[in-house]
Amino acid sequence: MAGHLPPGAPPATLPSATFPSATFPSATPVPDTAALLPDFLDAQRYDLFGAFWVTVQLALYAAAGALTWGTLLAGLRVSPVPLLRAFAALYVHVVRNTPLTVIIVATSLALHQTMGATLGGGTAKETGFRLAVLGLAAYTATFVCESLRSGINSVPVGEAEAARSLGLTFPQVLRHVVLPQAFRAVVNPLATVLMSLTKNTTTAAAIGVGEAALLMKEMLENESHAVFAVFAVFAFGFVCITLPTGLLLGWISTRVAVRR
Amino acid sequence: MKALSVLYDSPGPRARRRNLLYSLLFLLMVAAAAWWTLKQLADKNQLAAEKWTPFVEDPRVWTEFLLPGLLHTVQAAAVALVLALPLGALLGIARLSDHALLRRSVGTLIDCCRAVPVLMLMLLANEVYARFSDVTPEARPLYAVVTGLVVFNAAVLAEIVRAGILALPRGQSDAARAIGMRKGQLMASILLPQAVTAMLPALTTQLVVIVKDTALGGEMLAFDELLHQVRLISANYGANTIASFTVVALLFIALNLLLTALASRTESWVRRSRRTTGTAVTASPTGRAPLA
Repeated sequence: MAGHLPPGAPPATLPSATFPSATFPSATPVPDTAALLPDFLDAQRYDLFGAFWVTVQLALYAAAGALTWGTLLAGLRVSPVPLLRAFAALYVHVVRNTPLTVIIVATSLALHQTMGATLGGGTAKETGFRLAVLGLAAYTATFVCESLRSGINSVPVGEAEAARSLGLTFPQVLRHVVLPQAFRAVVNPLATVLMSLTKNTTTAAAIGVGEAALLMKEMLENESHAVFAVFAVFAFGFVCITLPTGLLLGWISTRVAVRR
Repeated sequence: MKALSVLYDSPGPRARRRNLLYSLLFLLMVAAAAWWTLKQLADKNQLAAEKWTPFVEDPRVWTEFLLPGLLHTVQAAAVALVLALPLGALLGIARLSDHALLRRSVGTLIDCCRAVPVLMLMLLANEVYARFSDVTPEARPLYAVVTGLVVFNAAVLAEIVRAGILALPRGQSDAARAIGMRKGQLMASILLPQAVTAMLPALTTQLVVIVKDTALGGEMLAFDELLHQVRLISANYGANTIASFTVVALLFIALNLLLTALASRTESWVRRSRRTTGTAVTASPTGRAPLA
């Protein structure tokens, strides 16, 4: 910085009492982006991209968790052990009929504040994020399980019969023959589930995770002269996330569909 | 013996013994998890009797918190469905219009309403009511929640109505045109009545989604519904957060299971019924049709 000062100019660290600030030009120039944005989109006050990045992260982590747990649940629901079948069915019916908001708020109020669970998150922000991912994954897994189960039902009976006649055990039948075909059949329903998940991440705002809906709430309250403009910006943000995802998954589903 | 899955051989003596072993191992795991959870709960003093007894001993928990909350949840959901249904039917019919401009613009409108999270619609409605209307601050959360739900669900119901009409056999509209019916008559007296019967199960399933979404309003807009009661109860009855969450969640689950049972009963009724020539329309498990 010193190189920019003319020779003999006072160092910037001197107290302003001796050098009145009025004689200096503004030290921190306003970023150029601010001039391009409408007045309600103050880049200094509102971290729009940061908020949407949290939304995307919530959706990605929760999707990974929901797909894993949902696949396991689907496996349990068709397993030869009656008790495991009953457990998976009970889990799906109970969790699916509980509002997601109840689950998310319960992770925060009951699991975190009452029971003291932090899920390894160091700061309150990190803990909130992890709790929201846990709630979203636990809820979405039930829909993944049900989609996958209908996919398993769509695999022709002969496939499983042929596999069994080769002497494959139940886990082998599921892993090598039925599930690969079931997954290829349910890409479209799973895309619907994942798109709902992306929209459902807004529920995390209920426990103060700084994602898009929470920022939108703050902006609506502060910039009440531009409510529709603020809404349009956030709606556009969501379309930007869901539309390419939908198109990509639609393309994948036609690529991988099993032709029968 | 009931029909067994094609995924595994019918169990012989060895497989039955193995299944029993797996069942025992699983039970052991569940028991360990339950013991650990109960121990944690006891450590945090959440199993103390005074935290749970109000729900059976003190009728005021029910008359002042739980039942009014449940009533508000059901009220908001019912009003939202009743308002969204005609709007959705109108949009669904417009999407099937012969005029390409109307068909396309309504299609875009429906896709836009569905692409936006319902919470954002509620937040927008709340600010709009605060700024442009004279709805009192006390009534505003209800208005905002219902408006958000109506906008979103009208779009979802429009797709259900469209699916219901398209599921009717072609012969129905051919026959109606053959006896000289106009487009409006065909829709009003042939297609729509049959489609409504065919989509009853999907409507009931959608009601479950609406009931679940009202809870969003409770948290984000302080709408006085069932979930909102958790904080009030735990503030009044000695921080019994776990107990009140359990009771509220059970009430939600009971309400939704009731609606789901109703949906499957109407579905089997529609299958047997001669009031429609179409097949029963059932909603996707998420109640949210795909975007593209």
